[in-house]
Amino acid sequence: MLDFSILFPSLLNGLTTGAVYALVALGLTLIYGVLHIINFAHGASLMLALYGVYILNTRLGWDPYLALPLMVAGMFALGYALQRVVINRASHGKDENILLVTLGLAIVMENLALLAFSADTRSIDTPYTLRTVEIPTPFGAGPAMIALPKIIAFGGALAVAALLLWIVKRTDLGRAIRAVAKEKQGAKLMGIDVEHVYAMSFGIGLACLGAAACFLLPAYYVNPQVGSGFVLVAFTIVVLGGMGSFSGALLGGLLIGVVESIGGLLLGDSLGQVGIYLIFIAVLLLRPQGLFGDRA
Amino acid sequence: MKDAAAIALFVLAVGAAALAFDSGVALNFIMMALYATLLAQAWNMLGGYGGQFSFGHALFFGSGAYVQAMAQLHGGIHAWAALGMAVGAAAAVGALVGALAFRYGLKGSYFALITLAFAEVFRILALSVPFTGAGVGLMLPLRAAASNLQFDSPRGYALLLLGMVTLALAVTAWLRHSRFGAQLQAVRDNEDAARALGIDPLRTKLSACVLSAAFMGAAGAIYLQMFQYIDPAIAFGPTTSVEALLGAIVGGMGTLWGPVLGALALHVLSDLTRNLFGALPGINMVIYGLVLVVIVTFMPRGIAGIGRSVRSLWQGGRRG
Repeated sequence: MLDFSILFPSLLNGLTTGAVYALVALGLTLIYGVLHIINFAHGASLMLALYGVYILNTRLGWDPYLALPLMVAGMFALGYALQRVVINRASHGKDENILLVTLGLAIVMENLALLAFSADTRSIDTPYTLRTVEIPTPFGAGPAMIALPKIIAFGGALAVAALLLWIVKRTDLGRAIRAVAKEKQGAKLMGIDVEHVYAMSFGIGLACLGAAACFLLPAYYVNPQVGSGFVLVAFTIVVLGGMGSFSGALLGGLLIGVVESIGGLLLGDSLGQVGIYLIFIAVLLLRPQGLFGDRA
Repeated sequence: MKDAAAIALFVLAVGAAALAFDSGVALNFIMMALYATLLAQAWNMLGGYGGQFSFGHALFFGSGAYVQAMAQLHGGIHAWAALGMAVGAAAAVGALVGALAFRYGLKGSYFALITLAFAEVFRILALSVPFTGAGVGLMLPLRAAASNLQFDSPRGYALLLLGMVTLALAVTAWLRHSRFGAQLQAVRDNEDAARALGIDPLRTKLSACVLSAAFMGAAGAIYLQMFQYIDPAIAFGPTTSVEALLGAIVGGMGTLWGPVLGALALHVLSDLTRNLFGALPGINMVIYGLVLVVIVTFMPRGIAGIGRSVRSLWQGGRRG
């Protein structure tokens, strides 16, 4: 059996990585989980947001956390416009067309980034990038060291999940989103502007990525390909958490982070990832409503 | 039969072109266009006629390529026999994944995601186990001879691929006209109604999946023979899955000639943008992506859909 003093830091690391996964997946929960738009440009959109934070930091000297309001607003506007102007028109109401359009958008975004920033991997330098926090290990082993930005990201994921839950459950917009998700025609007859609701949802979904990018970059890096690693993980978490459940996505993200971290510890870094997808396949086959979802 | 005549004409025209041209550029173009056609047509069998959208067709492609490589390198097996094994292995993987997915009733985006997840699992396994060469990949020694399934000019590969594409077209034509094809399309259009008519949806979809996977495996094996190299990212990464589904959907799903048109159009487009804007990295793919969005916006039924719209307009005009 593994020593607890190795297992515990690995568990904490998994939880903080999982919080970042959860942040990325929360936006997709609204887009895919509620409205069933298969957004293949989700990873590429995250990549754009990361470059946004990068530019604000290196050119204007903004702290990534202070850039949060601007990034959220900017990504919301991008998402609203993309859904309203491009995706909605191109989809003709067919799933395979949405898939193709978002795929095309992802290709455009990734290669625009390649053109503008080259393929180099970049990261930013902040006073707290290398700062760590000691977390005491239970049962008397030495304390675990966790990077401060990762702990902040953990808090950020909780806050974003709570905010999304509040928007969907308590606001008029949230009621409209749920109505459109359940019964599009009926919602239209009730006077809901369906296209506007779709665009708002897409905008909020990308706004989450804006927030995720601000929490992510201090402890991470950016290159034009960085988003592709997040796409399947994000879809995994949305399904795992139960389609459209924000608390489920949060728990699912944390679970995936822990599985990856412990899997990496037991099987080595490359093979450790396999656990994520095996869990995903098992959930798809045996519990498609998700681990935390209600039976549909 | 009209389809048989059209396929024969296609083989004669492409075959004549492959034999007539001597320039490496032209032969390379024919070879790669046929390769893209094979991928698109293989995807079309399950995606177009079966209505099951796979995002992970690289799973079957990579299985074929790796079995082709391992059979020759580790087993010392004859290249043509290895091709048979590669096709068989890809079909077996198709049967396994299809049986799991369809047995548990996955459809729509769930089916798409599970194929993608399986492709990722295979990619990570290929990266981790020793007999696939891990991250380094497997390299095939170059010994150009038809008996060895290797040729010193693209012409040989073009003719080999033409044979495969012809077979794929024949199978697709059979899907259009046969009893099995009618059952498959019935399941695609309304599974409950098809079941009520006594069709077994599980068996029908599974057969289409195996068929589609077998052709994908053949494409993987031929890819290995063309480039003599395979690694986990090429074999199981998303590029091949995307290429296969784009060709079929852009051309027109569930049609005989759509995937041919789509693969050709996309191949011409990417060649053109690369040659025109090759100096700036990325700009060719930006244009490729934009054109893709435009095609989907204005041709929702693919390129083959235009022909159908024009024909119905013409017939409607005559009737009116």
